[in-house]
Amino acid sequence: MTAPPLSKEAARAPVHTTRAVGRRRRPVERDKRRSNVLTVIIWLTVIYFIVPLLWLVISSTKDNANLFTSFGLSFGDSFELFDNLGSLFTFQDGIFSRWLINTAVYAVVGSVGAAALSTMAGYALAKYRFPGSRAVFNIVLGSIMVPLTALALPTYLLFAASGLTDTVWAVILPSLVSPFGVYLMRVYAADAVDDSILEAARIDGASEFRIFRTISLKLLTPGIVTVVLFQLVATWNNYFLPLIMLNSPRLFPVTVGLAQWQSAASAGGGAQVLFSTVITGAFVSILPLMIAFLFLQRYWQSGLATGGVKG
Amino acid sequence: MTAEAPRRMAPSALTARRRRGIHAGQTRTAWLLTLPFLLVFAAFFTVPLVYSAYLSLFTSQLVGGEVFSGLDNYTRALHDPNFWDGLRRVALFLCVQMPIMLAASVFIALALDSRRVRGSKVVRMLIFVPYAVPSVVATLMWGYLYGKDFGLVTQLFHAVGLDAPNLLAPGKILGSTMNIVCWEFIGYNMIVLYAALRSVPDDLYEAAEIDGAGQWRIAWSIKLPALRPALLLTIIFSIIGSFQLFNEPNLLFNIAPNAIGSDFTPNLYAYNLAFRNQENNYAAAIAFLLGFVIMIVSFVVQGIINRKERRA
Repeated sequence: MTAPPLSKEAARAPVHTTRAVGRRRRPVERDKRRSNVLTVIIWLTVIYFIVPLLWLVISSTKDNANLFTSFGLSFGDSFELFDNLGSLFTFQDGIFSRWLINTAVYAVVGSVGAAALSTMAGYALAKYRFPGSRAVFNIVLGSIMVPLTALALPTYLLFAASGLTDTVWAVILPSLVSPFGVYLMRVYAADAVDDSILEAARIDGASEFRIFRTISLKLLTPGIVTVVLFQLVATWNNYFLPLIMLNSPRLFPVTVGLAQWQSAASAGGGAQVLFSTVITGAFVSILPLMIAFLFLQRYWQSGLATGGVKG
Repeated sequence: MTAEAPRRMAPSALTARRRRGIHAGQTRTAWLLTLPFLLVFAAFFTVPLVYSAYLSLFTSQLVGGEVFSGLDNYTRALHDPNFWDGLRRVALFLCVQMPIMLAASVFIALALDSRRVRGSKVVRMLIFVPYAVPSVVATLMWGYLYGKDFGLVTQLFHAVGLDAPNLLAPGKILGSTMNIVCWEFIGYNMIVLYAALRSVPDDLYEAAEIDGAGQWRIAWSIKLPALRPALLLTIIFSIIGSFQLFNEPNLLFNIAPNAIGSDFTPNLYAYNLAFRNQENNYAAAIAFLLGFVIMIVSFVVQGIINRKERRA
């Protein structure tokens, strides 16, 4: 894929490269060259990504008064983090912890379920030439482009007709469908599971299902983790679907709950006391995913790439 | 299903039968593995979509209930300035925000891949972190940062003795939204692009260096072409994401209702039509039209990029 541009480049090279400095540098030195300018530029951009989060952490240690009077990136007169956490987890009978649990349940069940379905389908599409496989794959590809709204509204109406709105199923069932997950698994399985292994197992007399269970699944594990991670983030961050499906605050995920508190706080009046609660809630709600990402670095760095590298 | 198998496998009757047996077994397994997904897909994807198409062909009236009205909802949408305004806004959003976001992602990915940045592992992690922040929390946070009385942005402007802009004003809110989306997704796109760069074998660079290519030359002639599939993926996702914009404007609406309005994006408009005005049929038509727009734009962009690739 990258070879043709290079060879063309080589053909044109004499015109452009007479002034090139590349020749002086030995390939071995590649790792040792550090650029101060580039380092400074890149670290300056890091500030942009980190300052809002820093602000969030610092703000969750302030009470409402200090929130409005002190500088955003310095601490307030007193350290109120534990008071804020206290009021966060006791406000409205401690519903916030309920929201956290809901989010975890929706995200885990949704992502594991979606990954299971995607793995089986993606593997089948990659490793078997069966009548209809092309059609299935094209449908999967096309459905990646269908906007969520075109889907969410009729799903809501269908669920309402069958009495499923305002239940956990209303959030979990639609999140089991992941066309992008199938696409990722197909791309991954095509590479990770070698046809010769399958042939060898077949000659040994293993059934197709046995091959899938004992051999392929092991080879697919990194891909499966990728899809789980991808779906976990998607369901954890999901807002639109639970917003339209759920009415009872007891079923809300954190996103919908926080948005509701925020709108109550912004509505003004006496509700302004809520500001520090909302900010502390926001801070607490982003911790689980961040910790997960920190520990699963190895997986997401290689995993998120799967779809992009092979395209 | 097995009709074409015998044709292909003529050599000897015995192997043909044996192979057909294996083939049939494989076909069965393949379908059994695909079926669970297809069933869920049909139930929670195809059926709602068909139902939505059906709904969009009806109009509910005060007298007479649901009445078949053909394409009336679509003609209404095509003449609806609210729909067009929203569409124009997200198109503008796409044309401004996506190039900025992708340029930044490409730049950072190239910089990190050059191995010339100190602490690049930490940088990669820190820039990626916003992806793990739900868009609701991101918007909420930036909403506070933008706040004109106490927000950090205002404080910073005052600190250097400048007048702070009101980032929640009607003329600026689209730009403020772009900033939030950039903040959320530059890191994600950067990782996807970075991984594509890492998949280029090192000896390709060495060969180019021996041929006398400089670093810029290598970036232009080897790295950018290697990025193409990853870029296509991020572009398609950005198109889908931009046209579907909902979470950010819906939350900013709470703090700046005058600047956002209920028809800020087509998605927000459809939501408000369905859940505030109870106009389900019309909302379904709007959502459907939006889906068409997204598919057409995605296909056109894909076609352009693939044609360029063939030419290159």
